[in-house]
Amino acid sequence: MAARKKESWPADIFRALQQADVRQVVYVPDAGHKWLIDRCERDNKIRAVPLTSEVEGAAVLAGAWLGGERGVLLMQSSGVGNCINMMSIIQECRFPLLTLVTMRGDWGEFNPWQIPMGQAVEPVLEAAGVIVHRVDEAARIGETVAAATYMAFDAMQSVAVVIGQRVVGFKQWGK
Amino acid sequence: MARRRIVLKRRNVVARILKDRGDALLITGLGSPTWDAAAAGDDAANFYLWGGMGGAALIGLGLAMAQPRRNVVVITGDGEFLMGLGALATIAVQKPRNLSIVVIDNQHYGETGMQESATEHGVDLAAMARGAGFENADTVYTAKELEAAVPGLYAARGPSLVAVKVILESLPIVLPPRDGPDLKMRFREVVLGDGTTG
Repeated sequence: MAARKKESWPADIFRALQQADVRQVVYVPDAGHKWLIDRCERDNKIRAVPLTSEVEGAAVLAGAWLGGERGVLLMQSSGVGNCINMMSIIQECRFPLLTLVTMRGDWGEFNPWQIPMGQAVEPVLEAAGVIVHRVDEAARIGETVAAATYMAFDAMQSVAVVIGQRVVGFKQWGK
Repeated sequence: MARRRIVLKRRNVVARILKDRGDALLITGLGSPTWDAAAAGDDAANFYLWGGMGGAALIGLGLAMAQPRRNVVVITGDGEFLMGLGALATIAVQKPRNLSIVVIDNQHYGETGMQESATEHGVDLAAMARGAGFENADTVYTAKELEAAVPGLYAARGPSLVAVKVILESLPIVLPPRDGPDLKMRFREVVLGDGTTG
């Protein structure tokens, strides 16, 4: 990872999730979420649930809400495309949905195979009825996630916080 | 291995399973299992899926993790379950003891013209569940085997999967309520009590 300082934004996200009493953190691993996933796995109030595909996430979180728990889906941009039909459960039933998407194919991307889905993330989410909060400044990520928890769990909306590759950092050839 | 004869009827199977449900929470997969559960009698503790193919078992997982003291039963079809096979791994890793999955397996896609599903060609869902690490996984062919399997669905010894082989039938569709917010709210009231919001 180049262009990446030690940032506190993953810890800011964790605090926002704790404050919202999020109990189920479902994820497909992404390097951008590595710190957050590790932190959630160590927390005894949070259940960190690895998924085989992001498509599982909306379904697990719908079940969590039926049972009275709040959850969040962590994924990379490439996972967004895997989720779309399952979002119909969220939209039709007005389940809350909070997802935090770390971007690839977005800024300084070296791998051309990441670019088609990366470029499609925002229009695809919006077409599926998900409100998109894009954030490209590390300092604003915590407050954006906190705001998204209110819109998701109090206003019953589906909200994606899309964290730009400018923040996450980009891989370079040979590194 | 010679194939065993299929004799069970899906509506009887679902009614038999639900007779002993007590306060178990029920998720049904889209299509025939939703009609089967409605035919057995509507209940506010039923959450019927009318879409989201491949998601039924995973909704059961999220619910079972949120409500570890309640039995959660998912009744779905072979086509719906085949679309979300990754759920076997995801569920096995979490080991929810209170989650049971029943696959009503007629080996065909009943809502779309009775095309053969993979189970018609020998794909063994119970074996896949065992391979994933489910505590209990069986295939049921007879009324006697069904009787033997039902108590295990409510024994909190899961995760469990029972594939019940049923004959091909064209049955009258019995429609349960289909408004998503209503289904969600009445279900949450059962689980969380009156006054719940969202």
